[in-house]
Amino acid sequence: MFRSWLALFIAFVIYSCMVYSYCDKRSVSDSIPPPHALAGWKTWQSKNCQACHQLYGLGGYLGPDLTNVTADTNKNEIYFSAFIKYGTGKMPNFHLNDSEINNLISFLYWINKSGKSKVDKEKVTWSGNYNIEK
Amino acid sequence: MPNFLRLYIIAALCLLLATLVFGVLATWAFLYPETYNEFLPFYQLRPFHVSAALFWIITGALGSIVYYKNTLLPQEKRYNYTERIFIYLWLTTIAAIFLCYAFKKFGGREYWEFPPVLCAPLLVSWLIAMFSYFSDSLVMGKERKPMYIWMWSTGIFFFLLTFIEQNLWQLPWFRYSYLREITVQWKANGSMVGAWNQMIYGTSLFLMVKISGDETIANNKTAFLFYMLGLTNLMFNWGHHIYNVPAASWIRSTSYMISMTEWIFLIRIIQGFKSKLQERKKHRHLITYRFIIASEFWVFMNLLLALAMSIPAINRYTHGTHITVAHAMGTTIGINTMILLGSFSYILDIDYKSSIIKKSISFSYWISQYGLLLFWLSLIGAGIMKAHQATVLNINSFQQIMAPVIPFIKLFSIAGIALAIGIGIIAVIYIYYTFNSTKPIN
Repeated sequence: MFRSWLALFIAFVIYSCMVYSYCDKRSVSDSIPPPHALAGWKTWQSKNCQACHQLYGLGGYLGPDLTNVTADTNKNEIYFSAFIKYGTGKMPNFHLNDSEINNLISFLYWINKSGKSKVDKEKVTWSGNYNIEK
Repeated sequence: MPNFLRLYIIAALCLLLATLVFGVLATWAFLYPETYNEFLPFYQLRPFHVSAALFWIITGALGSIVYYKNTLLPQEKRYNYTERIFIYLWLTTIAAIFLCYAFKKFGGREYWEFPPVLCAPLLVSWLIAMFSYFSDSLVMGKERKPMYIWMWSTGIFFFLLTFIEQNLWQLPWFRYSYLREITVQWKANGSMVGAWNQMIYGTSLFLMVKISGDETIANNKTAFLFYMLGLTNLMFNWGHHIYNVPAASWIRSTSYMISMTEWIFLIRIIQGFKSKLQERKKHRHLITYRFIIASEFWVFMNLLLALAMSIPAINRYTHGTHITVAHAMGTTIGINTMILLGSFSYILDIDYKSSIIKKSISFSYWISQYGLLLFWLSLIGAGIMKAHQATVLNINSFQQIMAPVIPFIKLFSIAGIALAIGIGIIAVIYIYYTFNSTKPIN
């Protein structure tokens, strides 16, 4: 019994190390967040944005998924800035200062660079799996 | 019953009551954010609800394990002092977490929305709990152990591993890639659910052994095979959370492949249906048994949903919709909560109480079951509508996507009230009997 358990556990440890090391195949220069984005990430967490919004479909459902919000050509930084600064009926005003707002927008631009949240129909293969690796 | 064991049960039940109250309030805040934003916004209510639910399950599961482990030990080895230290430190940290939420201090991680500094006392208390649990010869001795001991041990050990993994984001290297960060985060979250399921399913197995008086249930080859299958799923079946993340494709393929082994669980449930019916006739007068049967019904329903969601082509529609919430709430309420309520009714000897108490629990039990069914179906309905709007019709406007979803959320809110009343009455009765319990551990 213990031997079977141990064999499985060793497989788990090896698999975990592989996940940590190789899950993102992009180069470091492509994946690393710029300092403003890193600061924006902190704001995202401290204001608990994920309670209402999603990134890659993960988070709360009160607001929209923001993974690729910055890719929308109809919206620009001024639009995002006004939205965050004053809130809406549904979204409270968090009283963020301009620097925090800019950092948050940088974070969302950086997230957009990591990939697409929605999987296109064409990416589904015959086996029911996807082919969306970056 | 010693006071510290009373504390485990009462604290867990109070967390359950808090989950219900914050859950009902959160659905209203979701429907009417303009009103709630003034005094108790959704982004504040959700962490209260989620943390209360998470700590209800873990405290309840560990409380049950500590109680049952003591019943298996000789008198002189009972009531290890470390079990007391754990519960005091654990509950103090939970109180600090709720205080942070009250002052809008967040850490902003899914499930763990409190400032990360509070992970330190949680980690220390869990290490104390582990030391207490694994220092007993009952667990570490060389003789053959029943499967529930294996399951409890696995759950307690993997909770520690996944808790540490959940905090790896605090190391800068993990934050240098968002794909890595989100993959590791959901690897840890997915496996952690598997860890607490091991603790709770172990408790369910222990209860079935005690109700039936048949020790072979926990000592046969089938129990071993299903334990190993469960463990494999705990370790490798978490990828459905991040199918849409453009991480390495072998992560997706591994999870997809492992998740298909869950069909074996489903076939096993269908095969055992006839014998369960006979067993049910024999034990249905027992409140404890009813909760176990309810959990088995919800295992079946949620397994169907999980199997569908594990196929990436279907997950493309369900991900990011309320179908995911249906699965999360269906399992935490229908499976985990039902088993824990069954466990507490066994500990508190509810089956030997007056008929009026048993009738009240029975009545509340049925309210909670029908409430949960409506709750679960309305979430699936909401999810189907959202998937249709967002993925089939490809609508981009969030307002347009949500418009047909809202009526289902209103239905969900009403079902949530029924569910809260049903489970709430049971929890209050159990708290009363825990305060007044004179039962020795035996």
